[in-house]
Amino acid sequence: MAARDEFYQRDRDWHPAAYAPGYKTSVTRAPRFALVSLEQSLSDVTGPVFGEDSLGPLDNDLIRNFTGEEAVGPRIVVHGRVLDENARPVPNALIEIWQANAGGKYRHVNDRYLAALDPNFGGCGRALSDADGYYFFRTIQPGPYPWRNRINDWRPAHIHLSIFGTAFCQRLITQLYFEGDPLIPRCPIVNSIADKAAVERLIARLDPEAGVPLDSLAYRFDIVLRGRRQTLFENRLQGA
Amino acid sequence: MPGFGNFPDHPFHSLKETPSQTAGPFLHIGMAPAAAGLPERSQQQDNVIAGAAVEGERIRIEGYVLDGTGHKVKDAALEAWQADSKGAFPEGPIEAAAFRGWGRAVTDFSTGLWWFETVKPGAVPGRVGADGKAAVQAPHLCLWVVARGINVGLSTRLYFDDEAEYNAKDPVLAVIEQVGRRETLLARRESRGGETVYRFDIVLQGEGETVFFDV
Repeated sequence: MAARDEFYQRDRDWHPAAYAPGYKTSVTRAPRFALVSLEQSLSDVTGPVFGEDSLGPLDNDLIRNFTGEEAVGPRIVVHGRVLDENARPVPNALIEIWQANAGGKYRHVNDRYLAALDPNFGGCGRALSDADGYYFFRTIQPGPYPWRNRINDWRPAHIHLSIFGTAFCQRLITQLYFEGDPLIPRCPIVNSIADKAAVERLIARLDPEAGVPLDSLAYRFDIVLRGRRQTLFENRLQGA
Repeated sequence: MPGFGNFPDHPFHSLKETPSQTAGPFLHIGMAPAAAGLPERSQQQDNVIAGAAVEGERIRIEGYVLDGTGHKVKDAALEAWQADSKGAFPEGPIEAAAFRGWGRAVTDFSTGLWWFETVKPGAVPGRVGADGKAAVQAPHLCLWVVARGINVGLSTRLYFDDEAEYNAKDPVLAVIEQVGRRETLLARRESRGGETVYRFDIVLQGEGETVFFDV
């Protein structure tokens, strides 16, 4: 069996707090007890592998992947690399995204916002990073929308991302925000992250040279997954 | 950023992990499109971790996710990762009919119930101890829970209440200092019309709070 290295521990001060009272739903969904810290085992450092055949041809093109017709709204490319904490590319990382349409409305049975659905926008996409860790999506820039937290809270425009590395302990879900959005510092979900430098890492930057002239603007969003620790001593993870 | 002693500007490792954010209430669009009301994808049977032809004892696992008031959380998603009946993790790309090892379930919008169909995992090699021998991990599933209001996905494990002998020697259960809390990780075996069902509730907070791991 191939030797498997362990991953750096998560910096829990860098991630958002579980209990973030400004984000009201977290109050009853945050564990009270401390997390029990574990040394990693084979169960944690292995994980599912997704192949090209698990993707459809338009999965990374949200402008056209719902009906085949063009969706309405600002056309953008979201692209970047999936890296690990050692700055090495993570190839074959499955990225799933979901988002509201240009009016801030989700195509979801539970979304009650009065904004209109776009008949040609589903809001769901998937991509696999290539050998260099590179990925891209074509999509519509989502709109901000109101949500029930305080009565006049608005989410900044955002795209949800779910990322698989090679190990189950690298699983990550996050949100991408857009450079210059004045709603970002007002958002209680963003502000569940205490470290402003960490928030900056969730803000995609306009990337003019990567856009498509007369077609789409581009935003750059690099993703970093947990990195493997160098094994300086005998690997104690498993017998091998 | 911390640096090596004599290279103060050089970080120990060069990049920080992307910070987590909640999956939010509409995670189904991206993670379980059919539940959101979108067209079903091909191969979208993520509740089934092991296809019908896979070797092993067929089981169903089901339960609820409860918040700190005892209310059922109806917008959560769970992912599972487990070894096969012989204790081996799959290494190649996921195939629908084969043993996938990985599964994803969402809690039902009306009932709150989530479920997986799979085969019972075998014992898995654990870490090597000071004596040079690998520990044995009791049969288990790793679970990861995300939802609106959960800012960083919660990691836990499901063990089986009819594997007392293995559980007693499990190195992960052993690090839970409060012995009574180990019970929160035991799925209860039931028989239902010839089907073996393990019931496992996840309590996010409060009385009977599930043990969550930083792993």
